Amino acid sequence: MSATLTRPAEGPTPTAEQAATRRPALARGVTHSLTLARRSLVKTLRTPEQLIDVTLQPIIFVVMFVYLLGGAVSGSTSEYLRFLLPAIMVQTVIFATVATGVNLNTDIKKGVFDRFRSLPIARSAPLLGSVLGDMVRFVVCIAVLLGFGYALGFRIGTDPLSALAACVLVMLFAFSLIWASVLLGVVAREAGAVQGIMFLAMFPLTFGTNMITPTESLPGWLQWWVNVNPVTDVMEAARGLLTGGPVAGPVTTTLLWSAGLFAVFFPLAVRAYRRKA
Amino acid sequence: MSYAFRTTGLVKRFGDTTALAGVDLAARPGTVLGVLGPNGAGKTTAVRILATLTRPDGGTAEVAGHDVVREAEEVRRRVGLTGQYASVDEDLTGVENLVMIGRLLDLTRQEAKRRAGELLEQFDLTAAGGRRAGTYSGGMRRRLDLAASLVARPEVVFLDEPTTGLDPAKRDDVWALVREQVASGVTVLLTTQYLEEADALADEIAVIDQGSVIAQGTPHELKSVVGGQTLQVRPLDPARLGEVGDILERVTGGRPDSPARDVLSVPVTGDAALPPVVARLAEQGIEVMELSLRLPSLDEVFHTLTRRDTPAATGPATAAPDRTAHETKGAAVA
Repeated sequence: MSATLTRPAEGPTPTAEQAATRRPALARGVTHSLTLARRSLVKTLRTPEQLIDVTLQPIIFVVMFVYLLGGAVSGSTSEYLRFLLPAIMVQTVIFATVATGVNLNTDIKKGVFDRFRSLPIARSAPLLGSVLGDMVRFVVCIAVLLGFGYALGFRIGTDPLSALAACVLVMLFAFSLIWASVLLGVVAREAGAVQGIMFLAMFPLTFGTNMITPTESLPGWLQWWVNVNPVTDVMEAARGLLTGGPVAGPVTTTLLWSAGLFAVFFPLAVRAYRRKA
Repeated sequence: MSYAFRTTGLVKRFGDTTALAGVDLAARPGTVLGVLGPNGAGKTTAVRILATLTRPDGGTAEVAGHDVVREAEEVRRRVGLTGQYASVDEDLTGVENLVMIGRLLDLTRQEAKRRAGELLEQFDLTAAGGRRAGTYSGGMRRRLDLAASLVARPEVVFLDEPTTGLDPAKRDDVWALVREQVASGVTVLLTTQYLEEADALADEIAVIDQGSVIAQGTPHELKSVVGGQTLQVRPLDPARLGEVGDILERVTGGRPDSPARDVLSVPVTGDAALPPVVARLAEQGIEVMELSLRLPSLDEVFHTLTRRDTPAATGPATAAPDRTAHETKGAAVA
């Protein structure tokens, strides 16, 4: 009698045609995006120098501003750290979206993206994959900042749940804004152009806020800009949730802006990518 | 007749350049169509359209009965693509690349891993499977590219210049792998600049030049385009070359030529000259190392077909849209 250990011979693996009929399109789409996110993540982890902008850069910014301006703006560095750190968190996560567009621009020109185009997957999957894979950079960025801030004496003034909400909110805003970077990454002819244009927009968006100094100390025309700039609201929401203060207004504005940015840039990016094919 | 893929009057323009000026290509299931042409002839553009990467400006293209524009997704499920462009991710290992493609083709994680293992073994890459593809040699890289196009058992495989840049031994490896796929029922469209490659693999060959098919047929038919055969003799003793030359000239009436050292060849029509030549060589006791009657090489065919009477600057407008091998034969002989 046949031994119980022998297994029946496995048949051939299914063809793409057979495999596609087993699960609904939406479930397959999620798997495709997660598969490509994993690819992007593996690539980042194999070239750790790509994480400099979310590790060393925020640390240098904190040290620079706290010790250069702390005494002048707040009278003490520890008081200034409380004011600055939540805002720096917003700024560095926004800066981190630039790398996504730059990397995508380089990546798209390589052969593997043409293979993705020849596969029966949604046109948005390779873009979503890149973005989801890069979200881990935001997590690293936030963890580094909170850890370094803690070492310098920063303490969460609210409760852990609010602090977590602050982190999620900042990441949500970045996830929406990142599609502008993706759009540029798809349409720009070279990676340098993506970086140049993105930073041109990033500087007024992040420094044109009350990140470094309170709005009242600014000239009138700049106060106007700071007040209409959505990044100010994101920074205020992060401050409120991390150190205490008004929360409802800035959080609502942040959520609305996030939804708006996503609604505009996501379809534009996917359309641009589809056209390129 | 059913076709694995077929294009009709395919047109593609890039700005002022006409890459394809009405191209008809077709292959029956389980055969190899070789698309032959110089750089810039339009080979890659034709493949990109069939693989749904580029939209045609005119004409139609079907793969496995599905239109490449209207039913792109159906086409993508049934084709595999390997080429200068569609390649693997150099930062991922061989296994990671194949598993990723399997997952994107809706295999379960287990199926994707099993298939990756099978393919790596079949392509002699098992030992290198855990290394980043960026560290692979040229030959290994091509084998991985080819494996990547076969993950979901496609009906049609497009191979765009699969051996360009490989040394002859590595090239033979790739050819053997392509033959295995064809033997298992896959239809292959192979583009190449090498006539030898088309001759070795293709059932039918389409010669493309300046965006148009200038000849189409079996390798045999294309060789007959330049007409006639060559009778070639290499005596064992080079000192007797003179006597061999006399025999060839007396039997065929043609003046023998020396294509290589110690070899004489003479153009003939049919095989009538063979028996008398053999008989006289035996009479005079001349031992031969080599004696052959062969068709012209595809290189000779290619040069005959692409010989241009007009300057290239007049462009594709002057190229005949789609002549068959027989019509071309008439033109070439005349």
